[in-house]
Amino acid sequence: MNATLKQWLPWIAVGAVAIIVIVIIAVNSGGDDTAIDTTTTSAAVDDTTTTEAAEDTTTTEAPDEKPEPGPIGAVEVAAGEKIQIRSLQAISGDVAFLGVPNQRGVELAIADYGQIKGHDVDLGTGLDDLCSAEGGQAAGQTIASDDKVIGTIGTSCSGAATAASPLISAAGGVLISPSNTSPALTSDLQGTAGDSYHVGYYRTAHNDLFQGAAVADFVFNQLGLTKAAAIHDGDPYTQGLAGAFQAAFEELGGEVVAFTAVNKGDTDMTGVLTEVAQASPEVLYYPIFMPEGGFIAQQAKDVAGFENVTMIAADGLLTDNFMELPESEGTYFSGPNLDYGSNASETGTNADTFLANYEAAYGEAPSAAFWAHSYDATVLLLSAIDSVAVELSDGSLFIDRQAVRDALNATSGFAGIIGTLSCDEFGDCGAQRISVVLHEDSSDIATGKGNIVFEFSPNG
Amino acid sequence: MLMTTVTQHSARTFRFSWTDSFLWAIRVFSVFVIVWGFVGTIALGFEGNGLTLAAWQQLFVAGIAQGSMYGLIALGYSMVYGVLGFINFAHGEVFMVGAIVGFFAADALFDAGVWESNFIIAILIVLVVSIFTSTFTAVLIEKIAYRPLRNAPRLIPLITSIGISFFIQNAVQLLVGPAVKTYPQPPDWLRDQIHFLGFAVTGTTILVVVMALLSMAGLWLFVERTPTGRAMRAVAEDKEIAALMGINVDRVIITTFAVGGAMAGVAAILWGMMFRGVSFITGFLPGIKAFTAAVLGGIGNIVGAMLGGLLLGVIEALGPNVILRGWSWQIPVALGLILLVVGIGVVLVGRAMKRKGIVVLGAASIVMGLAGVTGFTVEVPGLSQLKDVVSFTALVLVLIFKPAGLFGEQLGKEDRA
Repeated sequence: MNATLKQWLPWIAVGAVAIIVIVIIAVNSGGDDTAIDTTTTSAAVDDTTTTEAAEDTTTTEAPDEKPEPGPIGAVEVAAGEKIQIRSLQAISGDVAFLGVPNQRGVELAIADYGQIKGHDVDLGTGLDDLCSAEGGQAAGQTIASDDKVIGTIGTSCSGAATAASPLISAAGGVLISPSNTSPALTSDLQGTAGDSYHVGYYRTAHNDLFQGAAVADFVFNQLGLTKAAAIHDGDPYTQGLAGAFQAAFEELGGEVVAFTAVNKGDTDMTGVLTEVAQASPEVLYYPIFMPEGGFIAQQAKDVAGFENVTMIAADGLLTDNFMELPESEGTYFSGPNLDYGSNASETGTNADTFLANYEAAYGEAPSAAFWAHSYDATVLLLSAIDSVAVELSDGSLFIDRQAVRDALNATSGFAGIIGTLSCDEFGDCGAQRISVVLHEDSSDIATGKGNIVFEFSPNG
Repeated sequence: MLMTTVTQHSARTFRFSWTDSFLWAIRVFSVFVIVWGFVGTIALGFEGNGLTLAAWQQLFVAGIAQGSMYGLIALGYSMVYGVLGFINFAHGEVFMVGAIVGFFAADALFDAGVWESNFIIAILIVLVVSIFTSTFTAVLIEKIAYRPLRNAPRLIPLITSIGISFFIQNAVQLLVGPAVKTYPQPPDWLRDQIHFLGFAVTGTTILVVVMALLSMAGLWLFVERTPTGRAMRAVAEDKEIAALMGINVDRVIITTFAVGGAMAGVAAILWGMMFRGVSFITGFLPGIKAFTAAVLGGIGNIVGAMLGGLLLGVIEALGPNVILRGWSWQIPVALGLILLVVGIGVVLVGRAMKRKGIVVLGAASIVMGLAGVTGFTVEVPGLSQLKDVVSFTALVLVLIFKPAGLFGEQLGKEDRA
């Protein structure tokens, strides 16, 4: 009997761990157990009305009577109270490298923007999209059930947004994402809404529809290479991008000789690199993240057959901690144009001052590429609230929810760090141009980010 | 099992229960896929479609390097299990903390120019810093989290260790941020490939493997040849009797954690030289893998942990290419027919001899024959992504045949459950 118990002990241990992990996940994501009906019909308000109303309401005298709330309600902020917005990012776990800089971008933007008509802005605490639909669902319900929250900056991951967007939309809020790139969340850029588009969703990130095609075009026509390989990491984002590249490249007449994947958490890349080298490609596209992307770049040079392979990464690796690696020299990157130059937000902050503030406040450089998108998203939300908030004579603020959406819909020529923002009718507010840059000197990252060798614009 | 259910007077009645038939299917299937994979890989090699010898060597060396780190971390799991009888799941974080603090030391030395000019001195300083941090963390965890639970049921510290693990991960994320931090490059003379016993390897790899082996040898001598080591083995055997013999049990337990932590600190620096990228989640997967390695080698067994680590590393590196790649080789139809006929014969012989091993082999041969005749092949997409599947399957197979691990558990007389 003892022997039996001994031999089962490791399995008891493993079982115990599994149960604990499940419990922890359940506790983390089960913020609200009551199932909320997620149908969005009540909030699917026509958003094309009164687009010009936004800017003009600010200069009027403070009225005594509070205005009538619009069709999706209004928020009243009593004198001395704070205006409630939220940030919903992946701030823990293995995607924290993406969510944390987003979160910090929001914090810095609120600090820079200051008060709105005498009211402080409160970000609340503790929302985590966990980079998953479950996380987005739970946090979305928390936000939707708080009728003081006007707008939310998030999510970090497209998967979380598909779950959070309908909830927040139905509650009359707005959700502005700095880093969701899935086309399903907005539109195909040709006028057709995506499957997961809901009124009240906006983003400053680019729409990823054309990145794969842009890279294929660049490789086939500009570099003149015909044998490609692609590596993803199983994440819907990287898999989708690698797949889009494969489809577009084969359509152009090229051959994808190896299409494979690594696991998140893998460290020894010799196996996957050997597998790729076996197919002798001329170019390798690996639109993945740190640290796996770093391991691939570092280990590729030791694998026979990689001497002359052109390496192309995507925006996931367009970060300082990858570009600082000496082995990243000579890598091409596809992604949004991150050469911000002296573009300044309406708060006066530009990329240089932002990064200086960021380093001073948090002691490291941003670990992902979307900090500026996050900053701009926040300033966009705050100035929309600012422009529609009505001061009442008792010192309280009246903020109409529909007016906030209208103000966002009307965004055009808005100055941001990433450039000039203009929102289309499906919430795409960022620039849609995809560029390919060539990074040549690991001690000069700024030049690498600005060294554009190819530009691709979906609409000609 | 099955053979014992065959009634003596009628060999025709196989009494299958659902569980039995399921187990049989698993046995036949695993023999089939493994043999097909091996043979297919070799056949592909002869046809010129397989990996080159140099590629195999490279994979093997990478596996050894990765495995030596698993082995070093596994020692911590194994020793604590040997002495206290529970799995310290926070051990992966002990490794991670060493790697993170080691990074800051390495970065400072790099900025000061020492890393480039005097690499050996620099790496020794980093090693000391990392070992100290990991040891300190391990001892602190023991004092704060496990000592108060010394007489609690063993599941309690196990659950505590998971809590500690989450705590350390999140604390480190808050302290140093979520970004991946990359150790500076080793100097050129270590990065260049050199030819060593017919293998083309980088100096870094050799250094990593040599340092791992030295540490393991040192630990083995410590446990087997010193009075403290003898005290550790005595406590592992039976805590109460050891205490009666005048051994300070608490002190021995602290020493066990400290030594396990020091090994994790060495692994952390080897990681920093080999893979270089570290972050707050760096400890999680290597921790799980090292735990696997400890179970594979026989938990509680020091030599088993080291060899289990090396073996797991090699299986991870070679497994997908040895097993999965071979499935794309089509078994020739003629060979398939032969296998079919031979297989049926072997099954009949096996049944007559009442040896289930032979029946399994015969059945696998029949399945392989069918695969050959029908021209069935499997092109596995994303081969390398499946390396964890291969290595964990290997673990399951080892445990099916040797439940105590490859080199056996070393436990005291005390009931560990």
